[in-house]
Amino acid sequence: MLDQSIIGSTSDVYEFEVEKGAIRKFADAIGDDNPIYFDENYAKKLGFSSLVAPPTFPMTFTIPKPGINQLDKSRTLHGEQEFNYERPIVAGDILHCITKLVDAYEKEGKKGGKMTFFILETQGNDLEGNKIYTSRTTIIYR
Amino acid sequence: MKWSEFELNQELKPLVKPPIEKVQLVKYAGASGDYNLIHTDYETARKSGLPGIIAHGMLSMGFLGQMVTQLAGNDGFVSKLQVRFTGMVYPGDIVTCRAKVTSKDETKRTVDLSVLTETEPSKVSTVGSATITFYNN
Repeated sequence: MLDQSIIGSTSDVYEFEVEKGAIRKFADAIGDDNPIYFDENYAKKLGFSSLVAPPTFPMTFTIPKPGINQLDKSRTLHGEQEFNYERPIVAGDILHCITKLVDAYEKEGKKGGKMTFFILETQGNDLEGNKIYTSRTTIIYR
Repeated sequence: MKWSEFELNQELKPLVKPPIEKVQLVKYAGASGDYNLIHTDYETARKSGLPGIIAHGMLSMGFLGQMVTQLAGNDGFVSKLQVRFTGMVYPGDIVTCRAKVTSKDETKRTVDLSVLTETEPSKVSTVGSATITFYNN
């Protein structure tokens, strides 16, 4: 049976400084040659303070998953992922991120057998406490 | 694209990525910090019941991020990107990203898209939605 008491578990606050090199490496791995990720002068001409981070860049912010960090990873699947932005993340941003386990429930799998769904939400704020992004991750445990 | 160029139900120009290379998966593992060996090590992938190594689902989502950021151009930004992972992507696969306009909000200056990636026609590996928010110039 699923232990419902883990719902609401929250991580510590993790601080991440967004670095230009990390942005370039991430965009390069995707094979995305958009100059906003590589050419700081170009990004500045468009009004950004530095290089812009790709929309999936917060994957580089490693935050232990509250309540489910002990799960056997070979039995977990990444089911869904969502990012929402107030503005793009840029190099030089220092973000304070917190992840919360907002839901957990069991479902019968299509091929039989129980699957457990864990929903995690992360919020990243700037140093003034303004929300910059949120993300939502669904982890499926088989 | 410009705000005025987006029309409801419009199918946008697909982004066709080069074939997935194993070295790309190693690079993505390093850049993202996702070191799960099912993406880089054949033995581990086999032991996990897979036919071979599989691409990170987040790499396909990254391709969608590339497409939607291109569509936003210099007049807006990607304010939302959401996907459900529905199929495996293997080295050698050619991932095609597709997007269609599902709504356009004149007041909020947003364009909503349905998005997907496929490795062959109708073999969908991710499906989801995105929003471009345009700047008020």
